[in-house]
Amino acid sequence: MRKLISSVSPHVNSPLTTQKIMLDMVIALLPAGIASVIIFGLRALLVIGVCVAVCVFSEWGFEKICKKENTITDLSAVVTGLLLAYNLPVSIPIWQAAFGSIVAIVVVKQLFGGIGQNFANPAITARIIMMTAFSGTMTSWVFPDGVSSATPLALMTKGDMASLPTYLQMFLGWRGGCLGETCTLALLLGGIYLLIKKVISWHTPVAFIGTVALMSLVCGKDIPYQLMAGGLMLGAFFMATDYSSTPPTKWGKIIFGIGCGLITILIRFWGNFPEGVSFSILIMNILTPYITKLTRSKPFGTGGGKR
Amino acid sequence: MRLHGIKVQHKKHTADSAPVRLSVPDEVCIPMSMHIGKPAKVAVKRGDEVKRGQLIGERDGFVSAPIHASVSGKVSKVEEITMSTGQKVPAVFIKTDGLQENAEDIAAPDVHDFKSFVEAVELSGVVGLGGAGFPTFVKVNVDDLDKIDEVVINAAECEPYITSDTRTMLDKPDYVFKGIDAVKKYMGVKRFVIGIEDNKKEAIKVMKDYASKTDGVEVKVLPSIYPQGGEKVLVYNTTGKIIPKGGLPLAVGVIVINITTLAFIAEYLETGMPLVEKCITVDGSAVNNPANVIAPIGTPIEKLFEACGGLKCEPAKILYGGPMMGISVPSVDTPVLKMTNAIIAMDEKEATPPKTTPCINCGNCLRHCPFKLDPKGIMSAFNIGDSEALEALNVDLCMECGCCSYVCPAKRPLVQTNKLAKIKLREYLNSKKEEGTK
Repeated sequence: MRKLISSVSPHVNSPLTTQKIMLDMVIALLPAGIASVIIFGLRALLVIGVCVAVCVFSEWGFEKICKKENTITDLSAVVTGLLLAYNLPVSIPIWQAAFGSIVAIVVVKQLFGGIGQNFANPAITARIIMMTAFSGTMTSWVFPDGVSSATPLALMTKGDMASLPTYLQMFLGWRGGCLGETCTLALLLGGIYLLIKKVISWHTPVAFIGTVALMSLVCGKDIPYQLMAGGLMLGAFFMATDYSSTPPTKWGKIIFGIGCGLITILIRFWGNFPEGVSFSILIMNILTPYITKLTRSKPFGTGGGKR
Repeated sequence: MRLHGIKVQHKKHTADSAPVRLSVPDEVCIPMSMHIGKPAKVAVKRGDEVKRGQLIGERDGFVSAPIHASVSGKVSKVEEITMSTGQKVPAVFIKTDGLQENAEDIAAPDVHDFKSFVEAVELSGVVGLGGAGFPTFVKVNVDDLDKIDEVVINAAECEPYITSDTRTMLDKPDYVFKGIDAVKKYMGVKRFVIGIEDNKKEAIKVMKDYASKTDGVEVKVLPSIYPQGGEKVLVYNTTGKIIPKGGLPLAVGVIVINITTLAFIAEYLETGMPLVEKCITVDGSAVNNPANVIAPIGTPIEKLFEACGGLKCEPAKILYGGPMMGISVPSVDTPVLKMTNAIIAMDEKEATPPKTTPCINCGNCLRHCPFKLDPKGIMSAFNIGDSEALEALNVDLCMECGCCSYVCPAKRPLVQTNKLAKIKLREYLNSKKEEGTK
């Protein structure tokens, strides 16, 4: 008779794996990707492909060089690649997209210890580095027909209200902007998918989007425009919900979302940049450990009241 | 406040399987430790003739329990064995004669007041049959009976597969309520709550029917969320009372007793036959015909499989108890113990542990811990040896239910680390205490 396996309980595990979570992220990001190709043309597909490929390759290469276990099968590098691509203008030079991907994976993710260890969102941090390094190409919004089109937020900042797209155009994504951020419809579909699959909880996106809506109301701005413009939908559903760089607690997520909303509004209405979603998420990423600590609940029976 | 938990597959395949009595095995092995506390002292020697129900192990110390022969026959050897917990204890091996003669002194005990009731519970050899194995007489021997507001009867049976408590409710409802009457009469308790998970419709019906004819008994139907049967969880969900950290249920005026334990006490009061056999759920992916089986204590578990149509394949892992908190056993000749309520045999596929990947900080463990602990934080603190942090994180509160490990998408050994961290914290607190006394 063969020796029986000896192990400590539990002897059963849920079917959920990291790979399945990341696959759900990829599925949720697909509609926005398809929309970007329809809106901006095939070059969008090229940018997405390059970002994903370079992200996966740099993860594989870094782990190979450092003799670490290979983790590309968990699909997290694919998600980072997609998110970074969605945060770039369609006209971005390919080498710059590749550079950004390497920054995201090697500098922001792997140098801090790989998956789960990065304190900031790789795609967002890489985007901000690229905005500083390549400020020209990162802010040139060109439609495939060659007509330059400023983003709605930039138009509003300039006071050029006549050129603004309609609500319907905004909802469908027919406007200037980063390639994956424009189609509100596609992003909502993806976000709802993540909520249904319980990959993310409602707390962050509701707090984030709710704060932006409320502050727009208080400041007398056009609420639907503020919600559909810029990278708010992409940020609130897909990036402010990143596991490793945001609080795991319910109240932590709410505070995180409100913080993101406030900073976004500050930058949009009073800052130098027309858009502030990326900066807001990065700043809140840095505050995450403190928010987590503040919002930790008291264990059962240790004097904590009923909550 | 709602306590968190997990939805596990119930797998209660054997709920409708009325227990079948196993034929007497050729030899039984009865370890002297089938309870929490000090092992019993061997009271027989090699060559002794013993009868069913005869005392073969004397209670030794305050927290301990007497042990009885489960078969009639001859003591073939007394030998030290290694239990599946790693503990080394003496065990009495009895070659059976197949006659199953009862010991002469088996008779209903004379119980007339609280003191004689506690004594009877002690002599019955009963321990917590839900799986914990805490000697029941120690639990009911309350110094001031006025402290008890109510008794919570644990019939949650939240572990997957196990249906032996369900069978108690279906097959022995009389004894359950006779047990309640005894506790009422001798302990002066007026209020009883039976907590049952809502996946046991039949049992709930039977219990509600009986309860309607009895004063002071409430049947509380609870959602089937593991670990509903955890002591502190059950007390909170049935009475709303929060047992403070480090405290017993009695601290909030509650005694918790497993339903099969209670029914057995009533049975003992009637027959005087000590705890010598158990109803056990035999299930798992390697078992041909999962069933409930009544077996003498000390029966090698392979005999149980024979009664269930044998095994489909060579088992890869066998458990005492359910898959969430059960203990894996070293071999198929491991004996049935007093608190064994299930034997689960798993095939290769079910037993193979999933691959562990890096933590992605998803917070699932944090959000599913019934006691709101932070398993991820505990793991980090344990890995760097930070005992102060372990104290601050209240790891000693952990009941080792395993929800954290279950929900972890990275399959990290979280509850396993909690167990080690609890030992580390205990050592740290002891050394701190020693320093304080110096």
